[in-house]
Amino acid sequence: MARVAAPLRGAAQRFALGFLLLAAFGLMFLGKSDTHFVERMRTAVTDVATPILEAMAQPVAAVNRTIAYLGELAVLREENARLREENQRLRSWHAAALRLDAENKSLREILNYRGPDRNTFVSARVVADGHGPFVKSKLVNIGSRDGIEKGQAAVTQLGLVGRVTELGERSARILMITDLNSRIPVLVEENRARAILAGDNSERPQLVFLPQGTKLRPGQRIVTSGHGGALPHGIPVGVVSSVDDNGSVRVRPFVDWERLEYTQIIDYEIEAVPLSSPTSRSRGAFAPRPAAAPSGQEDR
Amino acid sequence: MKGAFWRRLDLLARRMVPAGLSLFFVLLAALPLPIPGYSSIVPMLVLASVFFWAIHQPSLLPPVVVFAIGLAQDALSGAPMGAGAVVVLLAYGVTVSQRRFFHNRSFIQVWVGFMVVAAAAAVLGWLLTAANVGLFVPSRAALFQYLLTVAVYPLVTWLLHGAQRLTPSEA
Repeated sequence: MARVAAPLRGAAQRFALGFLLLAAFGLMFLGKSDTHFVERMRTAVTDVATPILEAMAQPVAAVNRTIAYLGELAVLREENARLREENQRLRSWHAAALRLDAENKSLREILNYRGPDRNTFVSARVVADGHGPFVKSKLVNIGSRDGIEKGQAAVTQLGLVGRVTELGERSARILMITDLNSRIPVLVEENRARAILAGDNSERPQLVFLPQGTKLRPGQRIVTSGHGGALPHGIPVGVVSSVDDNGSVRVRPFVDWERLEYTQIIDYEIEAVPLSSPTSRSRGAFAPRPAAAPSGQEDR
Repeated sequence: MKGAFWRRLDLLARRMVPAGLSLFFVLLAALPLPIPGYSSIVPMLVLASVFFWAIHQPSLLPPVVVFAIGLAQDALSGAPMGAGAVVVLLAYGVTVSQRRFFHNRSFIQVWVGFMVVAAAAAVLGWLLTAANVGLFVPSRAALFQYLLTVAVYPLVTWLLHGAQRLTPSEA
């Protein structure tokens, strides 16, 4: 019996292998046209895997924290001196900020300006790295049930991380600004020149579609422009790191990719009517969240 | 009666070792480690696992399971759905067809065999990405990923040899 079955089984396996290969190729092509179906498939997997990954990440996080703690102990003295100095410097900035804030307020009153658009955010933990040589993305542990939506910006206190590109119920993928497929409308803070920040899988994304004749130099700050409406205006992105002779401009992002444990997903709406109270929002999903920020993220 | 039930459950658990470990490697590869640049050179652990079981116990890792593992990897890694599945299925098919060659070979010979399979897998992965994005993406990271994969293979094999003792011997 077994002697007859073995070759048959071998043939069946070969057939199965061929069929599955075709199916895998088919999925790749389908993914190019019908992104909805393929994305549902993908988020179904990430929804299941996210809680498991969170649990698996606990020991890794503990080890990381210990290493970071030991590292901090070693440089405690220098760090303290540095912070003292920085504190001194920030104090004078604080005074300047208070003065400017007061001035800003009075000027706004004169102009009857309605103020920046309001954002709220939801904090997310990075549970998995999109990995491989060709992908720059992060998987986070919140999804549609937490009220986030596709296209929203992910930031840290340092700057822009990327945008939500895939949305499951309890997981979401954030395409980092360095990814090959990332395109972010930005502007140069100093001269307000608009451009698109285009990732190319390198550490330093490129500025493209700059207006002709724009003069840039390393060190200039790049912020989101808010054009297209999906991202808030003015999120810090990075600084110009190099300007080539042939006009190629590279940007060094502010975000520390290696220590990206948490990120905030900004819910951004361009509001037509100024709100009297920042917390009275129509979107119920955000109301009970203590994390909801009262006002503009970019005023940091 | 009761003994038979537990024996069957035990056998089932043992039969699931190859698939279970491969799936574990999928998750392990996705864990974010705070090593600069690590995420672009995460070793292809799943490929090593599939290669190992394709030689030693392909009956416990049928093509459909390899397909599912490849898809799970694509979903988590952010690669185009199906790309990773194509790579592991082809690696699996080639290895299974050559498994008699790998039997009773020294470890070094099998390792060299893995280097060839992994190189083909890396190039195929790169070509599939190029086809998907529409341009050839220059990637030094792919080279480093390959080298790291080959370097961790002995460790992975050592672990899997240990796990293989748990699996029921092939009929």
